[in-house]
Amino acid sequence: MADFAATISQNAALLTDLDRQIGDADHGSNMNRGMQAVIALDRDFPDAASYLKKAGMTLVSTVGGASGPLYGTFLLRFAGALTGQTTHDADGMARAWRAGLEGVISRGKAGLGDKTMVDALQPAVEAMEAETSDLAVCLTSGLAAGEQGRDATTPMVARKGRASYLGERSAGHQDPGATSIVLLLEAAARTLA
Amino acid sequence: MKKLINSVDNVVSEALLGMEAAHPDRLRIDHANRVVLRKDGPVSGKVGLVSGGGSGHEPMHGGFVGMGMLDAACAGEVFTSPVPDQIMAATHAVDGGAGVLHIVKNYTGDVMNFEMAAEMAAAERGIRVEAVVVDDDVAVTDSLYTAGRRGVGTTVLLEKIVGAAAEAGRDLDALTEIATRVNGQGRSMGLALTSCTVPAAGKPTFELADDEMELGIGIHGEPGRERLPMASAAQAAQMLVEPVLADLDFTGSPVICFVNGMGGTPLLEQYLMYGEIAKVLQAKGVTVARSLVGSYITSLEMAGLSLTLLKADEDMLTLWDAPVNTPGLRWGC
Repeated sequence: MADFAATISQNAALLTDLDRQIGDADHGSNMNRGMQAVIALDRDFPDAASYLKKAGMTLVSTVGGASGPLYGTFLLRFAGALTGQTTHDADGMARAWRAGLEGVISRGKAGLGDKTMVDALQPAVEAMEAETSDLAVCLTSGLAAGEQGRDATTPMVARKGRASYLGERSAGHQDPGATSIVLLLEAAARTLA
Repeated sequence: MKKLINSVDNVVSEALLGMEAAHPDRLRIDHANRVVLRKDGPVSGKVGLVSGGGSGHEPMHGGFVGMGMLDAACAGEVFTSPVPDQIMAATHAVDGGAGVLHIVKNYTGDVMNFEMAAEMAAAERGIRVEAVVVDDDVAVTDSLYTAGRRGVGTTVLLEKIVGAAAEAGRDLDALTEIATRVNGQGRSMGLALTSCTVPAAGKPTFELADDEMELGIGIHGEPGRERLPMASAAQAAQMLVEPVLADLDFTGSPVICFVNGMGGTPLLEQYLMYGEIAKVLQAKGVTVARSLVGSYITSLEMAGLSLTLLKADEDMLTLWDAPVNTPGLRWGC
């Protein structure tokens, strides 16, 4: 989370700028506000699951927009899948990301091809599920698939979220939500692999 | 960026301090939760009306808190929906025992945050919460494959009419019904001559050349549906009226006509445009029974205009005429 917060902070201007082109110019500043609140949390948690649960609630309470409920729900479900686990292997990691993805889909009702964070997250989860023998391989292949998914959002016409109001004019711009998901995948690969 | 602010991070909280200082007779503000509350609330036995959304649209929504309109408004960051904590705090604060109606504009973030708050308010305190989602913008293609239409100008008319109905003592079901009816009969269309600058972004959300205008904009500085050469007022009036009339038949019943400045358009131009719009409406057989002209739902300093037409009935007109006493809208008292 600390690595993700630092990455978000470094890339806040980029995310806001991507959002300026097809949305309302706030994704970077909102995510940065939320992640600064997360890293300010008391560090005294019994396990990863309870920490991530608190982090998820913190994002819901501080980010606003669509990103708050979506990233918050992602972390809450991710934490739920980790509850009770003491060791973290590739299989458990893939299952936690899957649970997070399902949470995002049920909260945001977006699917593949809608030009949202799901377009990076879903291929990443599927790649992780295909590589459950080794944690590092699992996370790096998830990252690679997420990057491809993010790049694939550029030509898409948005069907969900603020960019959908632009219709055809949303094509040609990389989706900010898919971009921040790749930052999360990068942070996970750097710190957990 | 040239703005009268102290720091980008404190724009909203400092604006709320000023709002409280300016209107101590009608408003009180929960600064911790950024909720603007009616000074004499909660009103026992009355349904509480809660709205909210991103800041930057003033006077909407905080300016519409008071007798005859909203009980509370949640102020999000600039152009960002409020978070569930704020909406829950507002819902608890206005609950007078008769339930609470959430008035939500159709943006993905607003809808999600209000939904989460309604679930939590019901689970924690057993408060009955209903919601109406305003989606009146004809500029947006509404299909199964989009987030639907945006909520814009009809929100102001709805908050006034439903606010009067709540003040008159109608119950939650009746208010939900009339709110849904107002939304179903209101349509809007907007245009912009300049972009606005979100403080946190620091530069204009989109670029428009001096000889261009953007048709079909929303209220967040998001680009519109098409870019056109700059037109005359008469031509612009046609561009606003025609898509609205093409979407709903406004003949045969009285209409409330709302011409709204986006924040950077002088009243001189708004009235000039009202005159042009009224001419077009008359030629099309639309009978304007009431009008509202002014900057009520703005997009920071964006220059531009939106038109909202509401196909009203006698009940709506009576509620529209009822007294209202808020900082942003006041008549009859």
